[in-house]
Amino acid sequence: MYLADLLLVVAILMNFVALGAREMRVCIRAAALQGAVLSVLPLLVHRDPGINALLMAAGAALMKGILIPTLLQKAMRDVHVAHEVEPYVGFVPSLFLAGIGTAMAILFANRLPLAPEHVGSLVVPASLATLFSGFLLMTTRRKAIMQVVGYLLLENGVFVFGLLLIEAMSFLVEVGVLLDLLVAIFIMGIVLNHIRREFSSLDTEQLAGLRE
Amino acid sequence: MIAPALILVPLAAAALAFVIPSDRARPLVLPAAAFAHLALTAAALAGLAPVRPGVWLQLDALGGVVLGVVSLLFAICALYAPGYLRVRIDRPNRILCACLLAFLSAETLLVLSQHLGLMWVAVEATTLATAPLIYFNRNPRSIEATWKYLMIASVGIALALLGSLFLAYSAHLGGGGPSLLFGSLLESAAGFSRPWLRSAFVLLLVGYGTKMGLAPLHTWKPDVYGEAPGMVGALLAGGLTSCAFLALLRVYRIVNAAGEGDFARRLLVALGLLSMAVAAVLMVRQRDLKRMLAYSSVEHMGILVLGAGLGGAGLQGSVLHMVNNGLTKSVLFLAAGNIHRAFRSKSLDDVSGALVRLPLSGGLFLAGFFAITGSPPFAPFVSMFAILNAAVASGRWIVASLYVGLLAAVFLGMGATVLAVVQGRPSREALETPYTDNIRKTGPILLSMALVLLLGLWIPEPLRKLLAGAAAGFEVAP
Repeated sequence: MYLADLLLVVAILMNFVALGAREMRVCIRAAALQGAVLSVLPLLVHRDPGINALLMAAGAALMKGILIPTLLQKAMRDVHVAHEVEPYVGFVPSLFLAGIGTAMAILFANRLPLAPEHVGSLVVPASLATLFSGFLLMTTRRKAIMQVVGYLLLENGVFVFGLLLIEAMSFLVEVGVLLDLLVAIFIMGIVLNHIRREFSSLDTEQLAGLRE
Repeated sequence: MIAPALILVPLAAAALAFVIPSDRARPLVLPAAAFAHLALTAAALAGLAPVRPGVWLQLDALGGVVLGVVSLLFAICALYAPGYLRVRIDRPNRILCACLLAFLSAETLLVLSQHLGLMWVAVEATTLATAPLIYFNRNPRSIEATWKYLMIASVGIALALLGSLFLAYSAHLGGGGPSLLFGSLLESAAGFSRPWLRSAFVLLLVGYGTKMGLAPLHTWKPDVYGEAPGMVGALLAGGLTSCAFLALLRVYRIVNAAGEGDFARRLLVALGLLSMAVAAVLMVRQRDLKRMLAYSSVEHMGILVLGAGLGGAGLQGSVLHMVNNGLTKSVLFLAAGNIHRAFRSKSLDDVSGALVRLPLSGGLFLAGFFAITGSPPFAPFVSMFAILNAAVASGRWIVASLYVGLLAAVFLGMGATVLAVVQGRPSREALETPYTDNIRKTGPILLSMALVLLLGLWIPEPLRKLLAGAAAGFEVAP
């Protein structure tokens, strides 16, 4: 349990790295590291990890740690524009908000009833804090790629919560969820590509033609 | 054996559509697959049986209603598609055809799912299959709409996944078994942990409500319905939203069985009235006829959850309204698509005199307007009236008067735009466009309109039984 909590702390730290990063490259790497770290957590939490759990962890780590970040890096390189994040909300306020969000997550998690084996664990606060950071990243950054990174953090947050239910989850559904995430990122990548071609940029400010 | 076939037939057709090289021949796969699906749906409805414990995929009465809507709506749009794609032959339709069929498969999976997690996977799959459909026109506006849809829907669905996990944890704390099948969740619901259950319902309402397009989570809707082809708009506004409503109802049923029904119903009524109000406000002076239809969809999603929130007879009216709304939306969107093609615009700046330029499509658009706003003798009148009745019968006078007031406001707002479209004289440019109505482009709309009229006058006995069976699942023993 000790190691699991340590990894969760790493995951929470990655939220702050992603929110404080000036360059998109750093953000993508923070999300990748977070995804990879979280992927191996089920093996530590599960009482008796079988071959399915092992496969699942390997697949998730490969996808979140390598495949998706490579895809995003490529999308970024193909666009010959500045690699700065260009936030609507500055870095310091973002970090401040994330700090408040994390504190709120800890407070909120303490108010909910937990099963005896989960009391005192960092799972619920880490999940909510990551979710909140992802949401913040999605809404306060101008680049479309950053919205995808925010979405990845959001998904990571949900994934952390799944640790509480590790014994109740069925393998089939887990595979389905992971597959959906991969296809989602893939389709987002294609649309990103089209945005770049139509607007010669990945700035979401360009996406403002549809108004009342 | 029917359940897997229902999912696999459209999926196989999607693969077939993907490999056919000709843009002219490919659209014919759509009606072929649609009628195979419709026949399988009829067989599945005829053989409806109580859900067996431990089964992941099976049709129940509530799912049967939704599957009927989805399959029928898809058949109508599939009949329309070859004629439409002939007009748009300048555009490659490989991805459109394959994604339409994959979308039908994902919807069917969603309807048949008896498992909380599997249902979520299917909802996500419908999002992914529909994103490329919105992007058919390949212009900056449609890319913007696709991106907004992907982002907003993805966040919504992520929250729905968290909600599903909360619900599962609530069951875990309540000592329920590890199964996430609806049957076993319903059985053990009474012992669920209440705080987790309430949070779960809020998250799932937000998540699946985003898919339905309930206000204030509707912001993707006008952009998407405005930029997608009319046929895709019909399938989204009639099919996808019904599926999302089904997902919400499945969760509501569990929450209700757990004894938190009052909490859920309060939220549903509030969100329903809010959606109607937002739609009524934004419909006024709407200059874009497809965006107007999007707000009409927001309004009707509001009516659906309001009916569900009233419970009992209201819920029954709501399930019937899902059918009526789906069919009527196909009339409106397909007719609007024809008008869009003939005038080469969907803005009131260019569109007027649709009745002169396209007597049949324009007339159907007008009839569809009267139907969707609840004018007798069309079907939506029956279901909207049933919901009003439920509100009055339970003595909720404030809800009832707000409901009637908002319906009237929508009628006036939408009416102004619709009359501007159909009346007057078409411009010289509009008279010179090559588009003409023909049986392939109006026949399916006529068929749909005839069904809307028929269901308004008479509900066949098998459908009545199915609706009663669907609503019966929500009654809890005191």
